Amino acid sequence: MAFISSGYNPDKPMENRISDVGPKKYDQFYPPIIKANKGKWLYHEILEPGVLVHVSETGDEVYTVRAGGARLMSVTLIREICEIADKYCDGHVRFTTRNNIEFMVDSKDKMIALKKDIESRKFDGGSFKFPVGGTGAGITNIVHTQGWIHCHTPATDASGTVKATLDVLFKDFQSHRMPAHLRISMACCLNMCGAVHCSDIAILGYHRKPPMLDHEYLDKMCEIPLAIAACPTAAIRPAKIEINGKKLNSVAVKEERCMYCGNCYTMCPSMPLADDVGDGIVLMVGGKVSNRISAPKFSKVVVAFIPNEMPRWPTMTDTIQRIVEAYAADANKYERLGEWAERIGWERFFEKCELEFTHHLIDDFRDPAYYTWRQTSQFKF
Amino acid sequence: MAKHETPLLDQLESGPWPSFVSDLKQEAASRAKNENNVEYQIPTDAVEDLIGVLELSYKHGRTHWKHGGIVGVFGYGGGVIGRYCDQPEMFPGVAHFHTMRVNQPSGKFYTTDYLKKICDLWELRGSGVTNMHGSTGDIILLGTTTPQLEEVFFEMTHKYNQDLGGSGSNLRTPADCIGQARCEYACYDTQAICHALTIEYQDELHRPAFPYKFKFKFDGCPNCCVASIARSDISFIGTWKDDIKIDQEAVQAYIGGEFPPNAGAHSGRDWGAFDIEKEVIGLCPSKCMKMDGKTLKIDTKECTRCMHCINVMPRALRIGDDRGLSMLVGAKAPILDGAQMGSLLVPFIRAEEPYDEIKEVIENIWDWWMEEGKNRERLGELIKRQGFQRLLEATGIKAIPQHVSEPRSNPYIFWKADEVPGGFDRDINEFRKYHQR
Repeated sequence: MAFISSGYNPDKPMENRISDVGPKKYDQFYPPIIKANKGKWLYHEILEPGVLVHVSETGDEVYTVRAGGARLMSVTLIREICEIADKYCDGHVRFTTRNNIEFMVDSKDKMIALKKDIESRKFDGGSFKFPVGGTGAGITNIVHTQGWIHCHTPATDASGTVKATLDVLFKDFQSHRMPAHLRISMACCLNMCGAVHCSDIAILGYHRKPPMLDHEYLDKMCEIPLAIAACPTAAIRPAKIEINGKKLNSVAVKEERCMYCGNCYTMCPSMPLADDVGDGIVLMVGGKVSNRISAPKFSKVVVAFIPNEMPRWPTMTDTIQRIVEAYAADANKYERLGEWAERIGWERFFEKCELEFTHHLIDDFRDPAYYTWRQTSQFKF
Repeated sequence: MAKHETPLLDQLESGPWPSFVSDLKQEAASRAKNENNVEYQIPTDAVEDLIGVLELSYKHGRTHWKHGGIVGVFGYGGGVIGRYCDQPEMFPGVAHFHTMRVNQPSGKFYTTDYLKKICDLWELRGSGVTNMHGSTGDIILLGTTTPQLEEVFFEMTHKYNQDLGGSGSNLRTPADCIGQARCEYACYDTQAICHALTIEYQDELHRPAFPYKFKFKFDGCPNCCVASIARSDISFIGTWKDDIKIDQEAVQAYIGGEFPPNAGAHSGRDWGAFDIEKEVIGLCPSKCMKMDGKTLKIDTKECTRCMHCINVMPRALRIGDDRGLSMLVGAKAPILDGAQMGSLLVPFIRAEEPYDEIKEVIENIWDWWMEEGKNRERLGELIKRQGFQRLLEATGIKAIPQHVSEPRSNPYIFWKADEVPGGFDRDINEFRKYHQR
């Protein structure tokens, strides 16, 4: 392959340099019907799972077909999305915050043809390319992080755990039988670049072993002060180590202080922490971000650890399915998972979801822990 | 014939949900075939090797990526994440495999013309694998070599007028909900302000000068579809002050079963006939609604704008017309000192161009945080460490009951000298005239 220059001259990086132009302006991408009706929408209705109509005060209607997608996406698939959008939507398409794809058209007939087309498209392996759904009181796409495809600190894979979970919950992506919408999110380590901490169900990758120390190479490969500064709990200190009679500058880790975040590994590749049996999944439930009825809530840890079981994490998906079914069977209409758990009481939640309560689930991390212990004589047997 | 055997990943091709494995395989096959004679600027088999290294992680239960140290484009301190494979001999196609974050347009609307150009660019100069989109909102271009970083940046800025997003200790790429573009609940133009502030603060976005990351997210209403209240240092949530607009005829249509409640969101199950007392009035958190004969009444002064009644009856109830937004500050994910939800700082502010009032609040917060924040201390943690009062001082905002869910339950108020008549300087000798030693 011959190098093709863009015009950039490495000897003169400032020559013709353009910077700080920001993103493309949003309105040049609006479909005409959106441009014409922005700010004039009167109401909407979900006609069937995955299909919405928004009605404007001008009388215009926009039909949206929402399709799930893996956020990990090839240019081949994006070009196929473009081909669909060119055919039905005059070359416009949109993505949602939860990695769904939205195709918009201005009539019901176009919507029906579009939906039929995208529902027929499958990958060679058999899965749908564009399953229609993700609306209303159902389970929409799972937002997630990189995992083993591209990150240095994950404790599990993201794309794989999400694929396995959504295969199991697929019928609820395409139906409205839940008491309220149920949001599942996935983050592959506790740094949570996917902020999963306010989700109805959060799948969280978690390490359980402090980093290993590659003393022989540590001082050569790393800036020791940076590794020390990276530790959020100040568990790392400088140390002199003797190996084969050689005195080496290295670090020591106070193991009981380590929270397994991998921030030291970010700074120092001589401190790897991934481990095949140490790493796995934490499940958290009951969070929400909406201000509807009750205030936003954090998710709570209800399963302290599930091992990584590649490629389909069956223990994890079974557990999630059990929680979803218990919620669907018992919660009131409009009640989010966390509101349900609070109404019936967490002791009842563990019973109904057939989850074992262990000491790991009692908070012991800093001040807020105290406020989570039960300070009343009111409880259920 | 695939370059690497992938018996574990192959099992993720079945099942109904779109398989990322199938998609990666089709990209690998497309590159191998190269029907359009693309002169790939990174190894042709990059995607084969990406699948291979992922399979190895599935076998080992451990990642095979290292963090990348210092790579980027000249003059920027963010937008590129360095990434190296820890098995470069086995997977030379992804030995150097850096990520580029591309600042998405507000609202994530696209023309296919634009997307195809990004695809062509990334097929030529990168792996052809993306995230649509990353957690913060950017288009993520996944995997290229160091020499291609400047080339991609040059082409993006010169040909497409498109910039990179944020990473590191700077302003991260702001993100918004669909807003007024296609939502009747939006109380302000989320796309307009998201874009305007992104442009205004380009320097803060590209050149790390902050103690740590800083995020803006824009939710058009309290339903919070972009989760701003949970994950942004400043969360902008649309709200209004006047009456919810009521169409009494439409209320009756809901009661009569003509319109499906919650816009049809509950259609998958028989919940029985719609009961406005139980489903709307009884669930109102401030109990400010009632039926007066056939008329629905809402006591606006007592309404906390939770959106429930509007969500349930969108054809009957509409947001008010006196609109603006609330600013909540300090949200973050748990690391380190536990998760924090955004705390209300500005209950109501107009969201009108040029947003000067809003910028003043932002810049006052930044001045304080840059002065007082420790390395890697998020705004929420600084507020916790120094107290909400310090935030009020820094922003010149007067304390009001809306700032708290309840007043303090300890009396340990740290009075300042100038708050107490006469201050703290007292004359001990004067005191002793009346009090023996």
